[in-house]
Amino acid sequence: MASSPYRERVLDHYHHPRHRRRLKAPDLIGEKDNPVCGDRVRIELRVDDEGRVLEAAFSGDGCIISMATASMLVEHVYGRSVSELRRLTQEDVLRMLGIDLGPARLHCALLPLEALHSALEASRE
Amino acid sequence: MLDVERIRRDFPILCRQVHGKPLVFLDSAASSQKPLQVLAAMEETYRQCYANVHRGVYTLSEEATCSYEEARDKVASFINARAREEIIFTRNTTESINLVAYTWGRTHIGPGDRILLTEMEHHSNIVPWQLLAQEKGAELVYLPITDEGFLDLDRLDDLLDERVKLVAFTMMSNVLGTIIPVKEIVEKAHQVGAIALVDGAQAVPHMPVDVQDLGCDFLAFSGHKMCGPTGIGVLYGREELLEEMPPFLGGGDMIRRVELDHSTWNDLPWKFEAGTPAIVEGIGLGAAVDYLTEIGMEAIAAHEQEVVAYAMERLSALPGLKIVGPPAEHRGGVIAFTFRNIHPHDLAHLLDLEGIAVRAGHHCAQPLHRRLGLVATTRASFYLYNTSEEADRLAEALEKVARIVGK
Ligand SMILES: Cc1ncc(COP(=O)(O)O)c(C=O)c1O
Repeated sequence: MASSPYRERVLDHYHHPRHRRRLKAPDLIGEKDNPVCGDRVRIELRVDDEGRVLEAAFSGDGCIISMATASMLVEHVYGRSVSELRRLTQEDVLRMLGIDLGPARLHCALLPLEALHSALEASRE
Repeated sequence: MLDVERIRRDFPILCRQVHGKPLVFLDSAASSQKPLQVLAAMEETYRQCYANVHRGVYTLSEEATCSYEEARDKVASFINARAREEIIFTRNTTESINLVAYTWGRTHIGPGDRILLTEMEHHSNIVPWQLLAQEKGAELVYLPITDEGFLDLDRLDDLLDERVKLVAFTMMSNVLGTIIPVKEIVEKAHQVGAIALVDGAQAVPHMPVDVQDLGCDFLAFSGHKMCGPTGIGVLYGREELLEEMPPFLGGGDMIRRVELDHSTWNDLPWKFEAGTPAIVEGIGLGAAVDYLTEIGMEAIAAHEQEVVAYAMERLSALPGLKIVGPPAEHRGGVIAFTFRNIHPHDLAHLLDLEGIAVRAGHHCAQPLHRRLGLVATTRASFYLYNTSEEADRLAEALEKVARIVGK
């Protein structure tokens, strides 16, 4: 399975997710689900006064692709500013994943990004 | 015994490679592949005698009409309908069921009436009835399933009373594979004065179906699941019912006479076929019926039964694999399962990389999955062209997946 999306780095994030937990006092929370496959991702952030991410965590259930992406994404957001993260695109996430995904699985990889954007949206208010 | 090697030669797509591996196609319950005979009949029509049907006075139109209407005769005899007038061409099972809901339903279902469904229905045999019930103030009641995946027929008598005007149920579950004792349910429905609609989407392609023997009032099925093209489906209805039902869609072909303020309807079956029909698809379905008839529905059912029994034995030997639904002798060619904690979408994706096409998700049966306590399953489904060797390929690929995903 040389061309497989299920390569070691992805499986490693799936089996050993980084920051998969709930924060005690999150400032921002975003949650998204996909009723079709039952995937659910919640992202929680703690940010400082300058809008930098101090702490981030994810929780939820889902397939290998969505859970591994959530893990990578949460790792990525540490120390970055909210305004920078708002500009994070689909392409950035796919680059982070480093695998080829057909259209059928794209939504799995993008669910965590949607959850993140939804959390950042909450910070505008 | 089927000569599967010969049959496979009729399906050119089965020679394909996917991700460098020979294709193992295990998703015929969603839509089957098409044999050369069907492709040829359709191409021949387009090349030689294509024109719009009905009312044409020139040769091409007469020939096209003749082939299209001949397809109706073939379908009628395939399910042993009493008359060709009882065969309405639609787009698919879904449209057939909606046709009944919008015509028979709207004129026969009122406030407080009940429609009895089952917990194992496909969304297309739930949602049209929900829409009707909402419009009319009627109530939907569901016959439960047992933990083994059978219909809980002991509950049938409780649920069937004079309030029930319609019983609508599948002849074979597209998830559990369970084959339903249609005759028994139809008889009981009739005893309380209800009519019976059978969703034949999974049964008609895979086993002999005789509407007179079953006694059902309506039977819906799709051409694309029985070696025919997409875009053509069938509604069988008892003639007396069809006669008194109002039309479904209005337009050309379904009328006898159009005045400025009203119209009168065409005879059966055309009363229910508004507009230019799926002409070539209908002819393709006729060819599919010929193809299946020549092989024999008994033989096809027996073959699937054998392959499924073998596949279930192979799959259930894998640690962490759980099949939903009844033992092989009670099911058609469908095996839905969960495997370890691997998400069905990952599983189907990983199997695809091995050249194996299976379906993952809720298979348009969310209430059933909820009843089973699952969000999704992976489903392998078998047809006349599948072999026990393909079941081996599936089992071997699952072992490989388990090694890759590990844990
Ligand atoms: C039991 C059952 N009913 C209805 C349908 C709907 O068929 P179609 O999509 O062709 O209308 C299907 C197909 O998926 C089915 O399996």
